Amino acid sequence: MSEQLLQYLLSGLSTGAIYSLIGIGFAIIYNSTGIINFAQGEFFMLGGMSTYYFLSVAHLPLPVAMLLAVLLTTAVGVLFERLAIRPLRNASPLILVIITIGGSILIRGIAMLIWGKDTHSIPMFTGNEPLTIGGATILPQHLWIFGITLLIIIINRFYFYNTVSGKAMRACSHNRRAASLVGIDVKRMVLFAFAISSAMGSVAGIISAPLTMTSYDVGIMLGLKGFCAAIIGGMSSGIATVFGGLLLGVLEAFGAGLISSGYKDAIAFIILLLILFIRPQGLFKKAETERV
Amino acid sequence: MLTNKLRNLFLSAVCVLASAAVATAAPTIKVGALFAVTGPASFLGEPERNSAQMVVNQINAAGGIRRQKVELIVMDTQGDATKAVQAATRLIKEGVVAIIGPSTTGDTMAVIPLVERAKVPLISCSAGAKITEPVKPWVFKTAQNDYLAVTKIYEHLVKHKLTKVALLTVSDSFGSSGREQLKALAGRYGITLVADDTYGPKDTDMTPQLTKIRGLHAQALICWGTNPGPAIIARNARQLGLSIPLFMSHGVSSKKFIDLAGSASEGIILPSGRVLVADLLPKNDKQKKALLAFVKEYQKNFKAEGDHFGGHAWDAMMLLKGAIERGGASRPAIRAQLEKTRNFAGIGGIFNYSPTDHSGLTKDAFVLVKVKGGDWTLVK
Repeated sequence: MSEQLLQYLLSGLSTGAIYSLIGIGFAIIYNSTGIINFAQGEFFMLGGMSTYYFLSVAHLPLPVAMLLAVLLTTAVGVLFERLAIRPLRNASPLILVIITIGGSILIRGIAMLIWGKDTHSIPMFTGNEPLTIGGATILPQHLWIFGITLLIIIINRFYFYNTVSGKAMRACSHNRRAASLVGIDVKRMVLFAFAISSAMGSVAGIISAPLTMTSYDVGIMLGLKGFCAAIIGGMSSGIATVFGGLLLGVLEAFGAGLISSGYKDAIAFIILLLILFIRPQGLFKKAETERV
Repeated sequence: MLTNKLRNLFLSAVCVLASAAVATAAPTIKVGALFAVTGPASFLGEPERNSAQMVVNQINAAGGIRRQKVELIVMDTQGDATKAVQAATRLIKEGVVAIIGPSTTGDTMAVIPLVERAKVPLISCSAGAKITEPVKPWVFKTAQNDYLAVTKIYEHLVKHKLTKVALLTVSDSFGSSGREQLKALAGRYGITLVADDTYGPKDTDMTPQLTKIRGLHAQALICWGTNPGPAIIARNARQLGLSIPLFMSHGVSSKKFIDLAGSASEGIILPSGRVLVADLLPKNDKQKKALLAFVKEYQKNFKAEGDHFGGHAWDAMMLLKGAIERGGASRPAIRAQLEKTRNFAGIGGIFNYSPTDHSGLTKDAFVLVKVKGGDWTLVK
């Protein structure tokens, strides 16, 4: 039994790590613009699909294909901000959110036209012989997922706390108007936010594609799960959202293993609703008092 | 002057000739097609549309049916029952003599009341048993019933004395229909179902379900779903070191499944239409000729492997062609002639329609295939 529980835990953590990366992407854009970018899942899809494309159609080596995929996705993220978000900077958040939904449908549609509707798989980074850990098994790819997620979180942390532009972005997230008054170029920070989020989304898509495979429509569900992770984490672009994602992944795995797999998605969305009703500030944040 | 006269003469001659040509050309036969060309069921609709169009092109190139050209009007249902009904209404108004498709059981069930009322023959390309059970006068189908596939697997299990079986089915209409049949037929074969788990069509990790199944000491695992889920399950099972035999449904009987699952697909057994193993069939197989022709023609036209989904539309179109050849292109005649179809060797199997059977196939429509060395082999 304990072996089973360990297996659920490891499966949950690896799925959760992916949710975390997508969730942080949501949070970074939310903090710099105040909008929820529902095209986040499409960045995840673009990462996986374009890696497949560069690898299998253009016949490039895996590391080059991955790098190009991240660059391409980042370019799409930047273009998206330039063409769809920036021209409407004075629009209400609701309108912008709806625009991101429209953008996600557009990106998905274009991907479908270019790459077709088939599911594709990309090879594991290193081997596919399972490793045994205390009776549970994982694949080398899971280690890559854990490692790369950890690395990204560390870089993220360093960027936001130790670099000028990272600090400027945090300033924007606290108060955009005040930030612009002290000379921070807010528009540029928004562009940065989209670039970072799309790059992170694509990395998540790339590292999970060897395990979960990829197709033009994988972004919908994973985008929603990432959104749940960000909500649990109180839209923090740091460690709280990481915990949110891991928690969600682990609960799903235990739910599927111990209760019934039919409830897997229900678990995620019930948590989302509970958090929104009871602790809208997230699980880990103290409630803020609104000052008038 | 003279040139003017000549020109007038010439023009009138052209006019006369042209009108004569119009008079002798028979009107085209309009055939409607409802396929889920886009949307979640596009893996069905796309090959079906391709195959149907391919057959129609062949018929027209050979001069049509009874010297009448065939016009195929394809409508995309997107796998959505509401759109299927709208499209069917339009096709009936266009005056089609028959409709082939839809691709999914849900779409088919939605358009049945419509075609029954308008008295238009429908040859569905979807698998659900309820489409033709009970028999509806105007509704036929070409896809093999799910329970024929289940029967094929259960017979194999009984033969190898594997009676404790775990189920893992996808929670969409394909999976739940399979699950129903798997549960309903288990008792008849003395099979005990030790697990009955499901997964979502968009799920990316099934190790929790498989871990649970591993703890239950099942002797075999049957997974019912369409790509990519079963490929993920095959990989997850490999990761967990699950050593029991793994069975899949005909929902993944295409080369795509082996591509996706990679080496994890080795040893997996599944029921499939013969099209997958056309070249491995013995020479005396009645379907072999049709199968090889279909595979070759599909490869030539679409640079892709013809699968049994496309085969359903090929069968539907060929059955329709046969009916029109025998009885003419009117709706009641087509219906009457379809019902009289005997021993038609198509892609899905050998069809024998009758007033009491509008699905026309037996369990022999399926063969069991096994993945070996990255390709399909026949299980004896």
